[in-house]
Amino acid sequence: MIEFRLNGNSGVSPYQQIVQQVKSALRLGRLRIGDQLPTVKEVVGKIAINPNTVLKAYRELEHEGLVAARPGIGTFVVNSFDETTYAAQRTLRRSLEVWLEKARRAGLDDESIEALFVDTFLFAPKEVVR
Amino acid sequence: MTSALLAVDLGKRYGRKWALSGCTLDIPTGHVVGLVGPNGAGKTTLLHLAVGLLSPSSGSLMVLDEAPASSAEQLGRIGFVAQDTPVFENLSIATHLQMGAALNPKWDEQLAQQRILELGLDPNQRAGRLSGGQRAQLALTLAIAKRPSLLLLDEPVASLDPLARREFLATLMEVVAEHEVSVILSSHLVADLERVCDYVVVLASARVQVNGEIENLLSTHHRLVGSRRDLDNLPESAHVIEVSHTDRQTTAIVSSADPILDPSWSVEEMTLEDLVLAYMGQAEEQRRVLLRSNGGAK
Repeated sequence: MIEFRLNGNSGVSPYQQIVQQVKSALRLGRLRIGDQLPTVKEVVGKIAINPNTVLKAYRELEHEGLVAARPGIGTFVVNSFDETTYAAQRTLRRSLEVWLEKARRAGLDDESIEALFVDTFLFAPKEVVR
Repeated sequence: MTSALLAVDLGKRYGRKWALSGCTLDIPTGHVVGLVGPNGAGKTTLLHLAVGLLSPSSGSLMVLDEAPASSAEQLGRIGFVAQDTPVFENLSIATHLQMGAALNPKWDEQLAQQRILELGLDPNQRAGRLSGGQRAQLALTLAIAKRPSLLLLDEPVASLDPLARREFLATLMEVVAEHEVSVILSSHLVADLERVCDYVVVLASARVQVNGEIENLLSTHHRLVGSRRDLDNLPESAHVIEVSHTDRQTTAIVSSADPILDPSWSVEEMTLEDLVLAYMGQAEEQRRVLLRSNGGAK
C-alpha cells in the first residue's frame, strides 16, 4: 500500500501533494488497478493532517476516473496510466542509474544534475523517430 | 445549521483591562479551528468563556446553540482540555478512566481502553510519572471518551517536543476522521495549525483580527510587489493590511474578493503564516499608534 509524506516547504498544497503522489505511484507501477488506497483515518493518523484534505484529494482522483470509492470498504484504483510501459521502465531506470553515476563521477552536484536533466528534457525534440 | 460557537460583541474585562472585546464570531460545526495569536491576546479567555469557567462582561455567547454550562446536557457535549493538559498526579490512569466513567453519562469505555492500549500505557501507572506527551494523550483520551460534539483544547501541544506534538495531532485527526466532532484548538505556533486546521481565528490585542475558512482566506489575500507608488487603483473590495516602501519598491498585503488585474503588480500567493503575521502586525501597529496618541494628549 502507498504511504504518503508531506513536504512542508514545497509551496505545493497538502492536498495536491497527495494527488501527485498517487499519480506518480500509478505511473511507476507502485500502485496498480485493484489496489486499495489507505483509509482517511490511516492517512491522518500517520501524517497528522486534516481529514478533509485527504477527502478532497481522493475526490479529485475520483473525478479524474483514477480511483473509485466503495462505501464502507474503501477507495480503490480503477484506472491507471499506460501499464505496458512498466516493463520498459526497469531498463530505462537502470540506464538512468548508470548515467547518474557518470554525472557524479564527473563532479556534478545534485542541483547541477537536476538542472541538466530538466534542461535536456525541456529542449529535447518531443517526437519519437521510429 | 448549528454553530459550534456564536459570539456577538462578546467581551471580558478584568478590572479596567479588557482581555477580550468586541468579539463577533460565527463558527460552523464540522471544522478544525485554529485559534491563533500572541500570548495574552485573549485565547484562553475566549475558551474559558466557551466552557462556562468565565462569564462575559458584555455581549453574548452560544456554544452548540446553547449558553455555555447552561445544563448538564450542554456540558456533556463539550470536551475541554485546559492549558498544560492537567491530570491528577497521584491517581493512576485506571482511576482517571473510572472517574471519567462515573462523571459522564455518554462515557465510551471501549474507546478509552483502546486508546490507552494503543498508547502502550500501563493502567496502573500514576499520572504524575507520565512524560509530557503521555500526559497530554491521557488528557485527550478523557476528553474524547465522553464523546463530545465539540472539543476545546487550550495550547495542547505548546509544551511538547516535536515528536510528541506530531503524535498528539495525529491522534486528534484520527478522532476527527472517525467521530463527528468539531475542534477548536489554540496555539501561538502557526506551523502546528497549518496541517490540521481548515478554519482560523486570529486574535490579537484582545480582538478578533480575521477569521474564516483557511482556503477562502488564502484565495482572497495577496502579496503585491511592484515599483514604488501609492496604493490607489486597487479594486473597490480591496483592503490594505500591510504596506512597506523602499526607495524603489512597494510591497503590500491586501485582502480582495476581486482579482488584482493591474499588470504592474506582481501578485504572489500567501501562506497561512504570512497571513497570520500580517494581521498580528497590523494589530500591533494600531496599538502603538493608540499609545502614541494617548501619550500626546496628556
